[in-house]
Amino acid sequence: MNFVVPDFYPAAAEIFVAVMALVIMLSTTFARSIARSLGYFLCQFTLIAAAFITIGTMHGEVSYTFSNMFISDLMGDFLKVMIYFSMAIALLYGRSYLADRNINKPEYYLLAILMTLGMMVMVTSNHMLTMYIGLEMMSLALYALVAFDRDSARSTEAGMKYFVLGALASGLLLYGMSMVYGATGTLEFSGVAQSVYNQAANKPVLLFGLVFLIAGICFKLGVVPFHMWVPDVYQGASTAVTLILATAPKLAAFAMAVRLLIWGLFDIAEQWQTMLMLVAVASIILGNLAAISQPNIKRMLAYSGISHMGFMLLGLLSGVVEGDRHFALNAYSSAMFYAVAYVIMSLASFGMIILLSRAGFEAERIDDFKGLNKRSPWFAAVMMFVMFSMAGVPFFIGFFAKLSVLQAVVAAGYFWIAAVAVVMSVIGAFYYLRVVKVMYFDEPVDTAPIHAPAELRVLLSANGIAIAALGLAPQALMSICAYALLASL
Amino acid sequence: MTDMQKLYLLVPLAPLFGAIMAGLFGKTIGRAGSHIVTILGVAVAFAASVVIFQDVQAGNTFNGTLYTWMQAGGLTFEVGFQIDALTVMMMLVVTFVSLMVHIYTIGYMSEDPGYQRFFSYISLFTFSMLMLVMSNNFLQLFFGWEAVGLVSYLLIGFWYERPTAIYANLKAFLVNRVGDFGFLLGIGLIAAYTGSLNYAEVFAKANELAGMNMDVTGWPLLTAICICLFIGAMGKSAQVPLHVWLPDSMEGPTPISALIHAATMVTAGIFMVARMSPLFELSDTALSFVLVIGATTALFMGFLGIIQNDIKRVVAYSTLSQLGYMTVALGVSAYSAAVFHLMTHAFFKALLFLGAGSVIIGMHHDQDMRNMGGLWKYMPITWFTSLLGSLALIGFPFFAGFYSKDSIIEAVHASTLAGSGYALFCVMLGVFVTAFYSFRMYFLVFHGKERFGHDHGHHEHHGDHDDEEPATDHHHGLAPGQKPHESPLVVTLPLILLAIPSVLIGFFTIEPMLFGDWFKGVIFFSEHHEGMKELAENFHGPVAMALHGIQSLPFWLAMGGVATAWFFYMIKPEIPAAIQRTFKPLYTLLDNKYYFDRFNEIVFAGGARLLGKILWKGGDQGLIDGLMINGSARLVGWVSRISALFQTGHLYQYAFTMIIGVFVLLTFWLNRA
Repeated sequence: MNFVVPDFYPAAAEIFVAVMALVIMLSTTFARSIARSLGYFLCQFTLIAAAFITIGTMHGEVSYTFSNMFISDLMGDFLKVMIYFSMAIALLYGRSYLADRNINKPEYYLLAILMTLGMMVMVTSNHMLTMYIGLEMMSLALYALVAFDRDSARSTEAGMKYFVLGALASGLLLYGMSMVYGATGTLEFSGVAQSVYNQAANKPVLLFGLVFLIAGICFKLGVVPFHMWVPDVYQGASTAVTLILATAPKLAAFAMAVRLLIWGLFDIAEQWQTMLMLVAVASIILGNLAAISQPNIKRMLAYSGISHMGFMLLGLLSGVVEGDRHFALNAYSSAMFYAVAYVIMSLASFGMIILLSRAGFEAERIDDFKGLNKRSPWFAAVMMFVMFSMAGVPFFIGFFAKLSVLQAVVAAGYFWIAAVAVVMSVIGAFYYLRVVKVMYFDEPVDTAPIHAPAELRVLLSANGIAIAALGLAPQALMSICAYALLASL
Repeated sequence: MTDMQKLYLLVPLAPLFGAIMAGLFGKTIGRAGSHIVTILGVAVAFAASVVIFQDVQAGNTFNGTLYTWMQAGGLTFEVGFQIDALTVMMMLVVTFVSLMVHIYTIGYMSEDPGYQRFFSYISLFTFSMLMLVMSNNFLQLFFGWEAVGLVSYLLIGFWYERPTAIYANLKAFLVNRVGDFGFLLGIGLIAAYTGSLNYAEVFAKANELAGMNMDVTGWPLLTAICICLFIGAMGKSAQVPLHVWLPDSMEGPTPISALIHAATMVTAGIFMVARMSPLFELSDTALSFVLVIGATTALFMGFLGIIQNDIKRVVAYSTLSQLGYMTVALGVSAYSAAVFHLMTHAFFKALLFLGAGSVIIGMHHDQDMRNMGGLWKYMPITWFTSLLGSLALIGFPFFAGFYSKDSIIEAVHASTLAGSGYALFCVMLGVFVTAFYSFRMYFLVFHGKERFGHDHGHHEHHGDHDDEEPATDHHHGLAPGQKPHESPLVVTLPLILLAIPSVLIGFFTIEPMLFGDWFKGVIFFSEHHEGMKELAENFHGPVAMALHGIQSLPFWLAMGGVATAWFFYMIKPEIPAAIQRTFKPLYTLLDNKYYFDRFNEIVFAGGARLLGKILWKGGDQGLIDGLMINGSARLVGWVSRISALFQTGHLYQYAFTMIIGVFVLLTFWLNRA
């Protein structure tokens, strides 16, 4: 048996992050006195350096390595950069929050970097096993992070729930993968695609497995009916962790959906599209309706996240119409744009909660936003940008995200879905606008001045401005999404 | 752009400039500045019109686009002029009467605080009317049509503190909406079936249109178009049953009654139908419709003039009746006669209105004829010019009205169209009625016993037609012992200048306008509508026509009317009162204007309000607000609370939900496989 030394070059970023994870683990173990800051700064350094490496090794072509288990393409590179970016911001936002509650242990940063590595592996996997390994790596780190505030009962309860349900979902996913293997005889995405294309696969078994794959993907995206963990975990985890949970993993889950469904099972697209249709519409309806009665803003954002992921799926399910693949590129790039837009908005929304919170005060009720305009007009405006954007008010990035997926849906001829989505967005506008209303028209309950480190203030402001600016000029980001997909397909 | 084109453009733009100056900078340039700039604007327009008139006489017509506004869906929206005999005649009438009214206004409105505003409006009106008549396409026609309507609305409500004025201008606006709706439908049909808004292009397809039926209903297309367009004309030219706004429009100051509601704007409908003669000629049904409506208006509105006591209202009903005559002429395809009457009427009716205004000034803004009498002594110029105007109106031989009205009657006589018998009866009897009410007014105002200067506290305040000034500094009516006096030169000069054409213009222009080739190529009539040709064969010059007129029935009817008026109001003033008592129901019917207003108020206004209330209470408050808005909000809130209940916090339920989800998806797959 020959052992061929694999080409490490395409995986340079992953290898770097893995090495840095070890460096962080060892250095924080031995340098206990400065471990907290060291962990944080090494973590940020890793993310920034990884971004440079990813961009530096980026090239237009698709390349494979590690016996075709690893794929390097533009879509993966773009998503990875977005993941570093959102992780870096999330860590920055969360730092003071953790310090205030005395839970900024160096392990936090180690888990964060391991989680990043897991997501990177998911994004670049070309094989079901690597996909699964990446997923577990990310998930295990997340379970630990959710339960990180171990003295808090809610936090540990949330961690427990997440772990059990996540294990169930992993089981379903793995079962689905085994069915696909049984049907096609391979676990490599291109091999699966080849087998399906040649009609060599046992179709009933393949479709049976597909259901379980969908279940696994939907759990990670947090869409109905695999969403039950989302509100509890979002609320239970400390806000800094919720911030991480609600952002980068959505990109990884998007990548997982794209790799599994589009790279692997594109030829049975119409089968998984109908399943996703059910899931997406249910998520949009339930997410928006349930969010209305939530007094807790983290829970509200959790339900809002469910509906946003439903919207994102609308893009994925509009690619193929009666065998016509003409719309595919537009539809998938609209979904990708939606995912990126959601991450940007989500960062700012949880960042705002962190901004208002302080030791002993979580600022997680909608009432805590009352009269924010009087306390800080600028941050009230930032929150207004976020809420408007999430509600899909022109001209914020959220509007164009919704517009482009709806265009894809309409182009695919699913008018009823578009109608449901629009009506539900209108209903959803209620709870976003309620936040704006309490900020501007109610008297403040909490009158304490806002204490936050300068970097949080600056970056959060920049985040808010980005939501508005990308709404005014969404074309660049849209064409990057489209180009990344085009070059990868 | 040639020099002539620049001149065409100057005609509407000069009054527009005056309107803008007086309207926006009236405070700065002052009262004198305002009237100077607007009068100059209109004078320039008049002078340019005269030059254009000579140019057209020399045979230079123009039809072209000056500016393309936009192109949408195959339609081109343009600003363009069509300058030909009809246009230039209208331009002359409009600018001349407008100039007279501008001058007259200096005297009439001298004490009004809204002086600049008034000048701005009447100049704006002149601009709008010129745009209307000079247009070469339906879009610009519609623009002018609506713009004159708007200015008319503004001017009827000029004294906006008065509830009656507001009521009147709202009424005028609403009634005109009904007409404009038909007009717009007509234009829409034309645009839909010809794909063009340009007159020439549409007329070129007229024969094609005549053969077509409408898509859905199967109605003959051209008839539908013509009737729709004519409904627009009915609104603007106040034909039964859309006439109700015109008498009420007398709430406006007298100069605009003369300019807008007698001489120019109300003739826009007549002008439009004459302009559209290539279309109307191809539909006998539409022509019969026009004929019957016109004849009804001519006679029955004349009756109403008999019982009015307000001097302006008599003239207003007379206007309605005369517009009916013009419409009748259109109906029998005597377009040139209609336009001819339009022109003569513009002069003598403006004269009568301004004369009435002069009387009103002399009477210190008392308009009730029962308080006048014997004014000829005190207001000689007003008296004499009004006499000339009245003679012209009743169609006394050699006066302008004689030629135009007699031509119409002859044309009706010669017509074989359905309804022409009825029309002939109406116009004949109308001659008697016209003469009767005109001279009733003349005798009541200028002759007989002097009834002014008494304490007339006893005379009832009708509210809608007895004050004329904004109820501020004037007392109204003459104080006991006070005598009326002749109006100043700015008032009497226009009277004199208008009296000249009122007397002469018919004599000099009948031959070229009706029987010459002045309107050749502008107005069309088809082979089987030969009324005008027959007339031409019997025409041997204006003198012969007048001499022949003396021996004809209409002349004696008119004389009969004058004699009756003289007998009733000069010799035996008790007779009218006796008749009034004897024929009480008839009098009540006339006094209530055939109950048109009551009917409209109860059926249309009341019905619309009822419908609005049903929609408001039931539709808006009940269905939309109650069921849909609040109901859906309640439903959403309810569903939201229910869905929150599913979130129990129990881990096994969460896991169960996931499994259910997988089963649902599996069912999906099982069903499809």
